[in-house]
Amino acid sequence: MTARSNALPTQEMTINMGPQHPSTHGVLRVILTTDGEVVTRAVPDVGYLHRGLEKIGERVTYAQYMPFTDRLDYLAAMNCNCAWAWTVEKLAKIEVPERAEYLRVIVCELNRISSHLIAFGSYTADMGAFTPFLYAIREREQVNDLFEMICGNRLTYNYARVGGVSGDAPPGFLEKTKEFLDYFEPKLDEYNNLISYNKIFVHRLANVAVIPAEEAIAYGLTGPNLRGSGVPFDLRKDEPYSVYPKFDFRVCVGTGERGTLGDCFDRYMVRINEMRESVKIVRQAIAQIPDGPVLAKVPRVFKPPVGETYFRSECPRGETGIYLISDGSVNPFRLKIRTGSFVTMNLFEKITRGLMIADVVAVIGSFDIILPEIDR
Amino acid sequence: MEAQAIFDTLKGKFGDAVVELQGEGFSPAFAVVAPAAVKEVSRFLKEDPDLSFDSLMCLSGVDYKDKFAVAYHLHSLKHRHAIGLKAMLPRENPSLPTVDDVWPAANFQEREAFDLFGIGFEGSKDLRRILLPEDWEGHPLRKDYKYPDSYHGIKV
Amino acid sequence: MGPHPAGHPGRERREMTHDPSHGKGGAGASAPTGASAALGPEAHVLVGNADLFVNWARKSSLWYLLFATACCGIELMQAGASRYDLDRFGAVFRATPRQSDLMLVAGTITHKMADRVKRLYEQMPEPKYVIAMGSCANTGGPFYKDSYCVVKGVDLLIPVDVYIPGCPPRPEALIDGIMALQKIIMRKKNYGAKA
Repeated sequence: MTARSNALPTQEMTINMGPQHPSTHGVLRVILTTDGEVVTRAVPDVGYLHRGLEKIGERVTYAQYMPFTDRLDYLAAMNCNCAWAWTVEKLAKIEVPERAEYLRVIVCELNRISSHLIAFGSYTADMGAFTPFLYAIREREQVNDLFEMICGNRLTYNYARVGGVSGDAPPGFLEKTKEFLDYFEPKLDEYNNLISYNKIFVHRLANVAVIPAEEAIAYGLTGPNLRGSGVPFDLRKDEPYSVYPKFDFRVCVGTGERGTLGDCFDRYMVRINEMRESVKIVRQAIAQIPDGPVLAKVPRVFKPPVGETYFRSECPRGETGIYLISDGSVNPFRLKIRTGSFVTMNLFEKITRGLMIADVVAVIGSFDIILPEIDR
Repeated sequence: MEAQAIFDTLKGKFGDAVVELQGEGFSPAFAVVAPAAVKEVSRFLKEDPDLSFDSLMCLSGVDYKDKFAVAYHLHSLKHRHAIGLKAMLPRENPSLPTVDDVWPAANFQEREAFDLFGIGFEGSKDLRRILLPEDWEGHPLRKDYKYPDSYHGIKV
Repeated sequence: MGPHPAGHPGRERREMTHDPSHGKGGAGASAPTGASAALGPEAHVLVGNADLFVNWARKSSLWYLLFATACCGIELMQAGASRYDLDRFGAVFRATPRQSDLMLVAGTITHKMADRVKRLYEQMPEPKYVIAMGSCANTGGPFYKDSYCVVKGVDLLIPVDVYIPGCPPRPEALIDGIMALQKIIMRKKNYGAKA
């Protein structure tokens, strides 16, 4: 191996990690400037999936906007549907029946499980282990079956409505959900045995892209990314909404167990542990769910009062905040969606300085970004 | 701390730069400030130990038909309170100082407001279009935006 | 013990029932489907025209480009994974267009992305096929009416062979679309006289 000679002229390379890439979790373009294998600058270029969801919001009615929120974060579509419903209900002060709130929490947590399963599966696939992806999809297909039972679709559900949910759980849904939870909970230990503590996997993730807590807060990180840096802030516990105060669950934070606190491994383990907590929440919800109606009486031509409101909820990728301005007409006046992934990309350029190209892939996977959240 | 108390603290410190409190029908309440004072007010809100708004939740541009506005939603992890900050801007050359040295989380969101509304942020370390292509004409989220007929030969 | 007189017990059974005076050989297999049943167990011969074998090979190993933009991309991933296995059709995903012959456009194409779609299509070697999967790739989808930056259908950029409706289409629908493409491939005349 030749020692690097100072007399040898070297040049920095500009590589395009283009919009079509198997590891960028969507159409993200990263312009890498590298010195050999070490990245000196990684500039993210987003906007390849910008579909103008905010402008569309100004041209359709409140109820018509619900399917568009599915496409906002399609891996956690139930969470986005419910976030929109909660925002409009907060603005118009609509009282939602309790059974509807329980059903919303059940599907939101099941969706959190299936979203984290894809995060887990695709992250391990990016790191080179292809098999866990198939295991994750096997479990996710069962959740898809449950969702198909309750609302008819596997991916873009359009389930929540302003004032409740579109339909009650069919007979057998709650029993099937309980069966799924009993089947799924031991699988998390199987995943930990299979890949989480594998020596190569730990080597690739530990001590990579360490984000200290103050930096995470200053750069606006939310959700598992923030908790991976040790900040125990979870909207479901700290600013509870819906029926979350009635459930008993733990807030999962990173512990620095295999490296430094706030590295990629911590963010990964937070997601694995969150799946366990979601299972707990769904079990409690199934035990506590009352009978009753599932949709409040909302007028056909729905005109909320004039005002502005901001509502945020805990989605699998961070905090989804919707800033809604209403001028009293049937269409929203201004609709701004603040998503966890968009704000997380702020930190991307700073955190990838000095990493190797393969570590850039690890960082993208550990942030668990999804492009429609960034581009809207 | 309640919104009225935060507003009174700001009014006491900055006087005329703090214009009014929009409380009724607004959740969280908005403290409207003059655009030129946004940076000082933001820094005070972040660094004062009783307020310590260390987290910028959301930064959005708004087009009220007669004027523009930039709305900041702030939250404090220490004290668990929230407030909104709003700066009203004229329709011609809307521009105000950036806050990305106070909250680095603001950078991408300011770029988005610039891209979709045309609001300039003075002193920003990086102000370019972020969501639309570099050579897009116009700012789509303005209320008077007319959709183009085609872009690079493809029908819009 | 020496080898079985017929070499294999099964073969012996089949040989006993098989009448050696049966007509075997090329005459019985002029039909372009591999009619090996009439030819006897050891005559593993298929006869047909060149198009048959070339198209059979092409349709049975359609390597698709992993081009997933939006929600349909997840259905594409799930179709290629555990439950609806696309690998049994010979279709594996390739990350680079230079090694793929099928481009499954799954997801919304925006104006910023349009240039890249064209470039990816041009980078694929012949013969190449395109399937437009989902409403957004067919016509612009739910963004047709109100969006300002969505290309209203990927066929405005590249030629499309099969359109699969759905938002998103179920993996079964995607498999149906791939099978329709396979039928198109089987019908293609590669070597015939250009009429």
